[in-house]
Amino acid sequence: MSLDVSRWTIADVREALGSRRATAREICEATLARIAEENPKNNSFLTLTEDRALEQAAAVDRQAAEGMPLPPLAGAPIAVKDVIHAEGVRTTCASKILGNFIAPYSATAVERLETAGAVVVGKTSCDEFAMGSSNENSAFGPVRNPHDLERVPGGSSGGSAAAVAAGMCVAALGSDTGGSIRQPASFCGVVGVLPTYGRVSRYGLVAYASSLDHIGPLGRTVKDTAAVLSVIAGRDPLDSTSAAVAVPDYTADLDQPVTGFKVGVPREYFAEGLAPDVRAQIESGLTTLRGLGCELVDITLPNTEYATACYYIIATAEASSNLARYDGVRYGRRSPDAASLSEMYRKTRDLGFGTEVKRRIMLGTYVLSAGYYDAYYRKAQKVRALVARDFARAFDTVDAIATPTTPTPAFRLGEKAADPLAMYLSDIYTITGNLAGIPGISVPCGTVQGQPGEGSSEGKRLPVGLQLLTRHFDEARMFRLAHQFELAHQKD
Amino acid sequence: MRISEKDVLYVAGLANLDLQAGETTQLAADLDAILGYVAKLDQLDTSGVEPMSQVLYDAPETLAWRDDRERGGFPQEKSLGNAPERGAGHFKVAKVIER
Repeated sequence: MSLDVSRWTIADVREALGSRRATAREICEATLARIAEENPKNNSFLTLTEDRALEQAAAVDRQAAEGMPLPPLAGAPIAVKDVIHAEGVRTTCASKILGNFIAPYSATAVERLETAGAVVVGKTSCDEFAMGSSNENSAFGPVRNPHDLERVPGGSSGGSAAAVAAGMCVAALGSDTGGSIRQPASFCGVVGVLPTYGRVSRYGLVAYASSLDHIGPLGRTVKDTAAVLSVIAGRDPLDSTSAAVAVPDYTADLDQPVTGFKVGVPREYFAEGLAPDVRAQIESGLTTLRGLGCELVDITLPNTEYATACYYIIATAEASSNLARYDGVRYGRRSPDAASLSEMYRKTRDLGFGTEVKRRIMLGTYVLSAGYYDAYYRKAQKVRALVARDFARAFDTVDAIATPTTPTPAFRLGEKAADPLAMYLSDIYTITGNLAGIPGISVPCGTVQGQPGEGSSEGKRLPVGLQLLTRHFDEARMFRLAHQFELAHQKD
Repeated sequence: MRISEKDVLYVAGLANLDLQAGETTQLAADLDAILGYVAKLDQLDTSGVEPMSQVLYDAPETLAWRDDRERGGFPQEKSLGNAPERGAGHFKVAKVIER
């Protein structure tokens, strides 16, 4: 029987290599076989990088054969969201406008993964330019949730989350601007991490909203995401916003107890809009935290209700500026029937961008346009300061904050596609972390019963995620709490 | 209505988007709904609040500038590698001077 690596962790890969039970090549081939089997069902991958993966696996096997110490991610098959460059591989951003763009360089995060022995198996689908919460805004068709193929995987890193959930890789990179790692992780029943702003270099990440964009890992266990973040984090001279803050080994203290941790429970995250069955799961998760010896503290984050409005001004304003570069001049598809340069810009952009991207560029251009800047953009920046201040005050008294990751479980394909505002509100609990720049993690926290759809006899069980947030650069505590929660909640 | 189709066309011009007829109507409705929603920020008194222009700390916008030292870029061939149209070592575009 061939090797089944679909539930393996990074530790399993290491153990197999160390005991010579499997070679990196065998693990890589088993992963590629799994992808070939699963991808037609869930459409997670846009591009496979078989040759690159087999080469990288061979290099790991050579190191092992020579008895050299193996790097931390040796042989671990990892997927990369298709807004992050891998040199020599096409980057599509799930958009038509990039055409057959081949990345001329690798993102620092990808380079660090490969230096650490990871095997990059392919590029995963997402909402176009990471703009969306359902992965339906992909020019290459929607990704489907492995737990229920009639439902969305969440977004924008839906392909990365679905690939991890379906056992098509051990871990994946995503990007998170308003919840794009944590929300799909929650919908797909995997772990997703938003690192502190500046924790991971964004060199080689296609920019959406620069003051809100983060690269982060998704995995099947908290420990695996901690291992990946330990590798990709740290200052990079190629990204001036990357922070010169030392990177600890995030896996080192995971087994330490969390007794006495003060965990804030913000009442605004349990108000109207939270589905009752999701609330019940989260409350059971809070009971688990209490069982671990954490002290739960009722807190308030009073500006929460303004966060989504604030986010959609700042994010779209920055997007309208960042996406000005797609004009058909230097890369991507160019409209062939234009007589002048300015006509070429306009036709190329109309042809190349999808509906949601156009909507955000338009909104962003409007809020930055003459006469509106103060009323919208500057106002939103002030509200952002208030949201950040809420968290700073809360962290004066608590070590971490626990909330639902999303108000509902995964919704159906098409359910919110016609109503952009309803779609934006599915990120209501995750947007605040990006506005404040703090780290957050979504950990699986039970399942709820999905309603059966038309033509299907029974609804599937759908995952729920618990979100844990901590102070800037306090990922170590976040991982430790999440790891202890993960172990304890599986037993409960 | 906060947003008319005329406004949409004006903004589309600023954003270099050549919209199709149906898109203009739809965008006017969508933007109107979204701007109606974000108007809730007006309920908040933000007088005396400094706009947040750095994420991690209060600092001037120039704080993260690197030293002004020369650093290697991509060679010409690599830079032109994705060009839709090229010639004589340059990106080629349609006529620039229109009048």
